[in-house]
Amino acid sequence: MLRFLTAVIRRDILLAARRRGDWLTAQFFFVMVTSLFPLGIGPEPAMLRTIGPGVVWVAALLACLLSLGRLYADDHRDGSLEQLLLAPYSNALLALGKAIAHWIINGIPLLLIAPVLGIQFGLPADALAVLVLSLAIGTPVLSLLGGIGAALTLGLRGGGVLITLLILPLYVPVLIFGAGAVDGTLAGTGAEAHLSLLGAVLVMAVLVAPWISALALRVSVE
Amino acid sequence: MSHPPLLSAQDVACERSEHTLFQGLGFELGAGEALLVRGGNGRGKTSLLRILCGLSQPASGTVHWRGAPLARVHEQYGREMAYVGHVNGIKDDLTPLENLRLAADLGGRALDEDAAVAALEGLGLGRCLDLPARVLSFGQRRRVALAGLVMAGALLWILDEPLTGLDVHGVALVEGLIRDHVLAGGMAILTTHQPLSLDGLTPKSVSVGD
Repeated sequence: MLRFLTAVIRRDILLAARRRGDWLTAQFFFVMVTSLFPLGIGPEPAMLRTIGPGVVWVAALLACLLSLGRLYADDHRDGSLEQLLLAPYSNALLALGKAIAHWIINGIPLLLIAPVLGIQFGLPADALAVLVLSLAIGTPVLSLLGGIGAALTLGLRGGGVLITLLILPLYVPVLIFGAGAVDGTLAGTGAEAHLSLLGAVLVMAVLVAPWISALALRVSVE
Repeated sequence: MSHPPLLSAQDVACERSEHTLFQGLGFELGAGEALLVRGGNGRGKTSLLRILCGLSQPASGTVHWRGAPLARVHEQYGREMAYVGHVNGIKDDLTPLENLRLAADLGGRALDEDAAVAALEGLGLGRCLDLPARVLSFGQRRRVALAGLVMAGALLWILDEPLTGLDVHGVALVEGLIRDHVLAGGMAILTTHQPLSLDGLTPKSVSVGD
């Protein structure tokens, strides 16, 4: 079972490594969107510090959505999704593996870039640390929930827009707790409450999302 | 020589957008037997194959593998059945050998690299081993998918138009593969619009949508 999970993850990482252009798009998008805000709003430090956490988080959500459209679409087009579904393991395991791979490929780079972008907004060191921590707990949730949307919109025309409408509402709690944790640190009220809630959302997503994705995949492939 | 049927379908019906493609279809297939699915374009051959491999559900009726409904034996069936559909299911960014390695990895099998190279060479891909599948022709990619089928070591082969896009030599090779597989006690279910010659072997046949 674990072997299948790692096989799926290794496969997606290998394929992403062969197509670095696709992979870089979402990362550049993240950097561009967050960099545009200070330029558009002006260099008022207090203002930037206030909006910083929210902007970084919203940009992370959008960057994640950008890469989700391809989570299953390429495999669906070339028929390898059918082969994956017919593999002698549970389809939920496949969905979990795909989500983990998506997080490793798209989520971890966001974590690494985020502190640099946080400095643009004048966030202090402790807030930067909480920002990275909140992203570390929150971005796997984005990949897991996004997998449901990607599976549901598979093979539909205009799936890219539909996935945004389907999934963004589900991302709201993640955004509130994630940005809230950083805000809490800035305001001196602490981040523990928000981070715990974010952790609870992650546990829920790990337990539930792969099953729903697997069901959605079977419906979409049929 | 009679074997108990391993795969059996009873009274299978298929609907697409409230239009019945076929109904009341049934057959039994045992080891060492082949089944040819006949029918014109759009009559539901592909739909039937997808039901038989468990990718879609029949509107009514049941399909059993070793006496158990397909949905209940998903994992066992996944090990014993190999499917090559309309699209080849190979990744364009990987070389033929990498594709086979990936398939073996996902199927939980260890890949015998020498045997894989031999299978690819046997299908006339000896000169393309280091090329990404993207630059191969349609027929060559079909051959990669069929090499994957050979390497899967499955008992039951389900093949949707396996001869499409192959040249005369390729057709003969694939007919040989299917014949050897079935004569060695394997099973094959296939569709084709081309004349099929499996020397020394008469496939059962079933028609959809007349």
